Amino acid sequence: MTTVTETPPAPPLTPGKETRKPRKRGRLVPYWLLLPGLLWLVVFFALPMVYQASTSIQTGSLEDGFKVTWHFATYWDALADYWPQFLRSVLYAGAATILCLALGYPLAYLIAFRAGRWRNVVLILVIAPFFTSFLIRTLAWKTILSDGGPVVSALNALHVLDVTSWIGMTDGNRVLATPLAVICGLTYNFLPFMILPLYTSLERIDGRLHEAAGDLYATPATTFRKVTFPLSMPGVVSGTLLTFIPAAGDYVNADLLGSTDTRMVGNVIQTQFLRILDYPTAAALSFILMAAILIMVTVYIRRSGTEDLV
Amino acid sequence: MPFVRWLRRNLVVIAGLITLGYLLLPNLVVTVFSFNKPKGRFNYEWQQFSLDAWTNPCGVADMCGSLSLSLQIAFWATIGATILGTMIAFALVRYRFRARGAVNSLIFLPMAMPEVVMAASLLTLFLNMGAQLGFWTILIAHIMFCLSFVVTAVKARVMSMDPRLEQAAQDLYAGPFQTFVRVTLPIAAPGIAAGALLAFALSFDDFIITNFNAGSTVTFPMFVWGSAQRGTPVQINVIGTAMFIVAVLLVLAAMLVGKRKNKAV
Repeated sequence: MTTVTETPPAPPLTPGKETRKPRKRGRLVPYWLLLPGLLWLVVFFALPMVYQASTSIQTGSLEDGFKVTWHFATYWDALADYWPQFLRSVLYAGAATILCLALGYPLAYLIAFRAGRWRNVVLILVIAPFFTSFLIRTLAWKTILSDGGPVVSALNALHVLDVTSWIGMTDGNRVLATPLAVICGLTYNFLPFMILPLYTSLERIDGRLHEAAGDLYATPATTFRKVTFPLSMPGVVSGTLLTFIPAAGDYVNADLLGSTDTRMVGNVIQTQFLRILDYPTAAALSFILMAAILIMVTVYIRRSGTEDLV
Repeated sequence: MPFVRWLRRNLVVIAGLITLGYLLLPNLVVTVFSFNKPKGRFNYEWQQFSLDAWTNPCGVADMCGSLSLSLQIAFWATIGATILGTMIAFALVRYRFRARGAVNSLIFLPMAMPEVVMAASLLTLFLNMGAQLGFWTILIAHIMFCLSFVVTAVKARVMSMDPRLEQAAQDLYAGPFQTFVRVTLPIAAPGIAAGALLAFALSFDDFIITNFNAGSTVTFPMFVWGSAQRGTPVQINVIGTAMFIVAVLLVLAAMLVGKRKNKAV
């Protein structure tokens, strides 16, 4: 193999130049390669955003049809009516993201540094839940958190539920149909999206850095604080984004594990679109959610200083 | 105190294993409850052991139909997204062209958008066009959101390819087509396969986007969603458990084959 690769007199540094030079018409190749896929994304991803924006400023009724009337008041009405659901989405998704980080970091660390020959097995076990439909797995939480079940009884005996009831996360002896159940479901559903990026960035860390820190009399805690954690920041940033964004738009957990008091903005968009058929309000809500998330993500990425992530 | 020292050394392992337990507990429950014989319509409380659901997995009306529909949609969505995504990935890695940044953000945005926003906006498009919601609208939507994931997976693989291998092939008088089929494609294959697998899994399990754009068509996730309101048949757990076992076996087989190949080289 090596003799073959050494044959060209001056090995070119850029791969593209050498292969493209002989053929002039090759210049159009990238555009032909991009065209079908990008067309698909433009027509079925970008264009719908325009339609959604236009729907949000329409007025009318299902019978007479909707017309664009530049009725921006829909946005104010939507915000005035549904700000609690927006707030809940941010709070629940934020809590789930923090829990995912707290739960996911030790497991990612375990896979990267302590699993040894079991590394691939543990990795498969992290991905394995994906193989069963997430709706079926979310329904399983109804059994796990059922009233009077072992989990709830244990939490009760440890007086955990007293504390969570006091801050309004649970309701007396119940966990199901409370905010805690929804947060628990969100955390569970998006945990692998936190673990995998964390693992990827931890795995890249040179083990000798840990030894060096140890040689310089750093305690394990200091090593973690000054070496391991800062180096895993790219994983933390992409992990938090990958959990927060889908969690903020989710309505499955709030619907299956929650009650009418735990409805999130996703639930409102879903019912407005599919049951009440109030398209302008639903489109306005969806547009606000999109804008809010894009702004939050941009600010977050800027502040954490990992713009090359994208 | 040797025990305390041991505990301090292995605290992270213990915490990690607890998280692993949290991740796998629902699968355990799904499996155990596939052997249940519930009293009412809902399969949330343990009653007694029974093999009824396993011996008659299609015993529930419409469930296996929805399963086969989901498999069909996932199959075609995988093919569509893999072809389109691989083409984009090659263009991005191999060529220089204008508006590269715009292309990159158009591919990144669908992954950074909450599903419900994509679902709702796509529905406004279909409503405005007067499209009939059903198989085709689901397929269109699935190809759309799987595309970016395929691009990411294939791009990673093509980027790490040694370009000299292709130059070597051309030095040995292989034409562009021959080089692509005999050298480039086999090297890029693992990335393409990873992208295709991801697309299949995403499409098969998608609920939110399908929920908005399916009309009255019922895929398997839609069936499960509906049954959460009407009553959950045990057969759902049977399908969930079977899928889990098949997938784990496939992954293990792939790993074994990979190991043997590595040894051969």
